[in-house]
Amino acid sequence: MSDLLKKSTLLERGGLLKQGRLLLPALLLCALPFYLDAFWLRIGLFSMAAAIGAVGLGLLSGTAGQLSLGHAFFLAVGAYGYVWLAGEPGPGLPPAVAAVLAVLLAGAAGGLFSPVAGRVKGVYLGVATLALVFLGHHVLLTADSVTGGFNGRSVPPLEIGGFTFAETDPELTVLGVPFGAEERLWYLGLVLFALTWFTARGLLRGRPGRALVALRDSETAASVMGVHVARYRSAAFVVSSMYAGLAGVLLALSFRRVVPDYFSLLLSVDYLAMIVIGGLGSVAGATAGAVFVTALPLLMTRYADQLPLVATPGSGDGSIGPTEASRYLYGAAIVVILLYAPDGLHGLARRTRARLRRKSPDTGPPGAGPTSRPPATTANAARTKEHTP
Amino acid sequence: MTGFLDNLLNGLALGSVYALIALGFVTIFKASGVLSFTHGSLLLLGGYLVAVLHDDIGFAGALAVAVLVTAAVAGALDRLVLQRVGGTDPHAAHVQTIVTIGIDIVLVTDLARRIGGDLLPLGDPWGNSVSDLGPVTVADSRIAAILVSAMAIGGAFALFRFTPWGLSLRAAAEDGEAAALMGVRLTRVRTVAWCLAGGLAALAAVFLVAFPAPGLERTTGQIALKAFPAAILGGMASPVGALVGSMLIGLTEAFVAGYQSELHVLGEGFGDVAPYAVMVLVLLVRPAGLFAAKGAARV
Repeated sequence: MSDLLKKSTLLERGGLLKQGRLLLPALLLCALPFYLDAFWLRIGLFSMAAAIGAVGLGLLSGTAGQLSLGHAFFLAVGAYGYVWLAGEPGPGLPPAVAAVLAVLLAGAAGGLFSPVAGRVKGVYLGVATLALVFLGHHVLLTADSVTGGFNGRSVPPLEIGGFTFAETDPELTVLGVPFGAEERLWYLGLVLFALTWFTARGLLRGRPGRALVALRDSETAASVMGVHVARYRSAAFVVSSMYAGLAGVLLALSFRRVVPDYFSLLLSVDYLAMIVIGGLGSVAGATAGAVFVTALPLLMTRYADQLPLVATPGSGDGSIGPTEASRYLYGAAIVVILLYAPDGLHGLARRTRARLRRKSPDTGPPGAGPTSRPPATTANAARTKEHTP
Repeated sequence: MTGFLDNLLNGLALGSVYALIALGFVTIFKASGVLSFTHGSLLLLGGYLVAVLHDDIGFAGALAVAVLVTAAVAGALDRLVLQRVGGTDPHAAHVQTIVTIGIDIVLVTDLARRIGGDLLPLGDPWGNSVSDLGPVTVADSRIAAILVSAMAIGGAFALFRFTPWGLSLRAAAEDGEAAALMGVRLTRVRTVAWCLAGGLAALAAVFLVAFPAPGLERTTGQIALKAFPAAILGGMASPVGALVGSMLIGLTEAFVAGYQSELHVLGEGFGDVAPYAVMVLVLLVRPAGLFAAKGAARV
């Protein structure tokens, strides 16, 4: 009885601890717009949008084991879907409705591809989805009336119930800080990111996530256990496309202009880099990877003049500009991480935590051991130290 | 009618160049189960070496050096990086595929930085000369592409068929474990496969950027990706399938570009993306490609 009680209080405390662990970063993120200027807020915005997309790709590639290089296409569907649905020329729907429809549109595009996505497996799907990027780019360039062709289209600002996510209308000053577009979009991004975080975690920890993992590890075993292979593969593809669509909408809102060349194969590869660097199959890892890959080139551009080996942009041929330097870095990061730490940043963090936890009880009671054999313990300690890399 | 013949010859030339690249993909895939996304950068590397060296040591020498160096780089990447990734994990080939993407990012970034915004000429002996073949006029570079590709592909098939390495490759592709037990050195087989694929990619680069293409530019590597549909169409593990797939892709691209005025519904420049449309259509009907053997899973 007392055991049971103890257990339940422990559980409660664990739950509280967990809530607290999420609450603190959340509060911190909410407070940031009061302290940071627009440059940092923009980095944060792009990172949040990228994180939403990366979580979606992580669901597909990390959990279901289906490689996709078509993520840029679904981002484009989300971004252009929103712009067309909310703008002129286009149906001119209320922006909030357009945003929701754009996400659904991206999901529908994923659904249309599901005859391929449900049956083609693993890395082959990566090649099949190359087609989406190139065909999509072609459509963006040629369907002028919808996409605006090469020069793209400007993005109408989001508006919910009379509140516009732009510089003015209504003018807003909170605690002496004027709230411009970046500050407002920051909170929108936070809400959308929280939505992504919780829904993706729910999916991964529930029945669908387990089914997808089983499918990744052995298709035959999973189908024997009653997992409908084609249906789950297509469903993973559709859900990942919807996250990509949401990321596309947020990106469009923060860029304020969408152009076809942004949604190229490079963008798909960026997203793949994010989930590999973060660690396949984890929501937190995908987020960390997204922040790393997104923020790195922007930061390098800003601080190019203070970094060794990096030239300021446009300083002539043959020099290494900030964009190139960051591409070298994260290309190499993919290789090094898969060589030495295949589970990415997420796995590194987990192992470090586990090691710290293991260490603390060891170092906790140093005098508790029998005092008669101090030389033996020191020898042991020395040996374990040698073995620790 | 001459229009048709023109397009046919263009398509064959394009198809034979794609075949060089696709054959490399398939060889690598047979030997290691890896889809090589580094092929774009290997091709760019080959082209870049020819462009830089041809002034000093002549076109033929530059081509020979480029083929050898690219082959060596490909082999080294496999031996020093890819074979160390994944270990005994059954999904090791998938992880290695993602590593090739990382390598490609680094190589392409570096080569693109060196090339900059320039168009580099390769100094090939065909220049912009043309010949009359009956009713049609063809660029000499196209004829050279068809002939050289046919020879290289014939040579590669002879390697598969008649050499001990070819036998080991086929055995390894059939059943890696059994082959290893019979004394086939899998690591060596796959490193040689990578070398062969690298050399073929460098050779393909020369014809991809020859007349009437303007020259080597930083985006040339992306063309290698069009050989992916070709290899997938053929079923990925079949060299003959890769040849058929490449021809199909080459002809599609040439005919779509040739009859563009009739096909304007599809938009300008649809020829460039037509290979991918063909791939999606084929995958809808046959998800494992045209020439794939029916696989059975053992539990």
